[in-house]
Amino acid sequence: MTSFPLTRTLDREAVIFLALLGAIAVLVPALNLALPQSSPFSLSSYTVATFGKYICYALLALALDLIWGYCGILSLGHGAFFALGGYAMGMYLMRQIGTRGVYANPVLPDFMVFLNWKELPVYWYGFQHFPYALLMVVLVPGLLAFVFGWFAFRSRVTGVYFSIITQALTYALMLGFFRNNFGFGGNNGLTDYKDILGFNVQAPETRAALFAISTVALMLAFVVCRAIVTSKFGKVLIAIRDAEARTRFLGYRVEAYKLCVFTLSACMAGIAGALYVPQVGIINPSEFSPGNSIEAVIWVAVGGRGTLTGAVLGAILVNKGKTWFTTGMLAPYWLFVLGGLFVAVTLLLPRGIVGSIRHWLAVWRERRPAQSVAVVDPRPAE
Amino acid sequence: MTARTTTAMLYLDGVTVSFDGFRALNNLSFALEPGEMRAIIGPNGAGKTTMMDVVTGKTRPDNGEVFFDGTHDLTKLDESEIAELGIGRKFQKPTVFDMHTVQDNILLALKSDRSPLGTLFWRESAEADRCIDGILQVVRLTAVRQRVAGSLSHGQKQWLEIGMLLAQKPKLLLVDEPVAGMTDAETRQTAELLKEINRERTVVVVEHDMAFVRELGVKVTVLHEGAVLAEGPIDQVSANERVIEVYLGR
Repeated sequence: MTSFPLTRTLDREAVIFLALLGAIAVLVPALNLALPQSSPFSLSSYTVATFGKYICYALLALALDLIWGYCGILSLGHGAFFALGGYAMGMYLMRQIGTRGVYANPVLPDFMVFLNWKELPVYWYGFQHFPYALLMVVLVPGLLAFVFGWFAFRSRVTGVYFSIITQALTYALMLGFFRNNFGFGGNNGLTDYKDILGFNVQAPETRAALFAISTVALMLAFVVCRAIVTSKFGKVLIAIRDAEARTRFLGYRVEAYKLCVFTLSACMAGIAGALYVPQVGIINPSEFSPGNSIEAVIWVAVGGRGTLTGAVLGAILVNKGKTWFTTGMLAPYWLFVLGGLFVAVTLLLPRGIVGSIRHWLAVWRERRPAQSVAVVDPRPAE
Repeated sequence: MTARTTTAMLYLDGVTVSFDGFRALNNLSFALEPGEMRAIIGPNGAGKTTMMDVVTGKTRPDNGEVFFDGTHDLTKLDESEIAELGIGRKFQKPTVFDMHTVQDNILLALKSDRSPLGTLFWRESAEADRCIDGILQVVRLTAVRQRVAGSLSHGQKQWLEIGMLLAQKPKLLLVDEPVAGMTDAETRQTAELLKEINRERTVVVVEHDMAFVRELGVKVTVLHEGAVLAEGPIDQVSANERVIEVYLGR
């Protein structure tokens, strides 16, 4: 498409970034499957699954950066869209279990038999079909975001007020999904999956393939986000972030722009959740917990708001740190570290890692004679 | 489209706005002919900014009629619809997009498809480039075209905002205190700029600076407590007893 010149969408940094992700998508599964376990370069299936989880988180962070970093919409409930996508995928995986469940019911998942339900609730219909489940993965979060955004943006709810109601949204969903009669497995959620599209979800080959697919999904989402933020649409988003009233008086329908980008972001978060569930093997209501959504915001802040690459980097780094911390004797202190990290980044590195590197590079270029690149401080975090 | 109810470009009749019982506008009426430039003066709290808010759709009046171009009832429309009709507004405090370059600021204001799809598939064109060139020349910012707007001086930001208004090709321009915080030289240049703009468009200037208003040499409306106190040429108005009492001071 000529509307999105490749050179504009993919600058040098973006190309390097995509190449790196591409290499990871190939190398990690290869090192896991092709090398014998005795080899020092071999990656265990556990490592692949853990890293696959980070990649899904990175996709969630990317979705969040698109709305927060570029349009100034701080969603503290993006985990809800992630979890809804995850539940849609979980429902498909539950239907694949069939007679292999504990109660061997060909239609009803175990938890429904346990609750003495006689037939499948209507909203579970169709989830045995993979394409239908995929559609729901995008549609359910997208629709919720659209309806929610429609009311919120039309009523001009902005800033912290918007953040608070997104937080309430995810909390309400969590309470709902905790209930047994909601029909999503209550407290325990959906788990004990057997296979996906006929492949065993536990098999190393399936896990490797899921890893590669997640990474490719992340690359595609990155290209889509780049195309958006480098277009004139992206310029309008930044304009809304920096001077909403001015944008309105120029004749732009601010709420329409916010609604578009918020819905798109929710769909991306849903896809991230759907890729996450088969890799970790479970989805339960704790994925809706407000803390999860706030953590996602911290990943973006650490990596750098409004940079896209920073969101991905932040998600991977912080989660790597989390795994490292919570598997050792320092586990009880993780939340302190996370909170401290957020405070430290806000105070010392308000642009985040990638944002700061870009800033220093720009300053350095400006100091060189015969080239002038003006630098302004980004606005302080909201 | 309803029939024209008036020949005026902007027509306000009996407009009343109250905030918590305080009447910011009290039965305000005035009309502005096409091609006219009008200066609006008045002490703080006289309702100048509220009047602009009503015209641009930010505030809905409790009472009264507001018509644009004789046919459009502005009390029924919101900000972006009014902007699309051809009313541009410059804020009191210069409001530009700090993180965008000067040319992108103008680009965003250029008359073109404002819908999300329209901007998503928008492509650069030589014509848009020429328009930006022309506007930057008028507002004397050609040299800083590639700079980010946040790095401009206060006066340059004011001009950039005026440039953005021009790019919208509005029929009516509302300019709120364009010379606040400007040097004398900048003030004089701004007066020239506004006169130049007035050749093609109707302009309303809200200003405190009497020297500047005198320089514009246009009809003046004095607001006081949300209503028109006096109207006429600057010399006549500044000789008016009531105006001296409430505004100019003895």
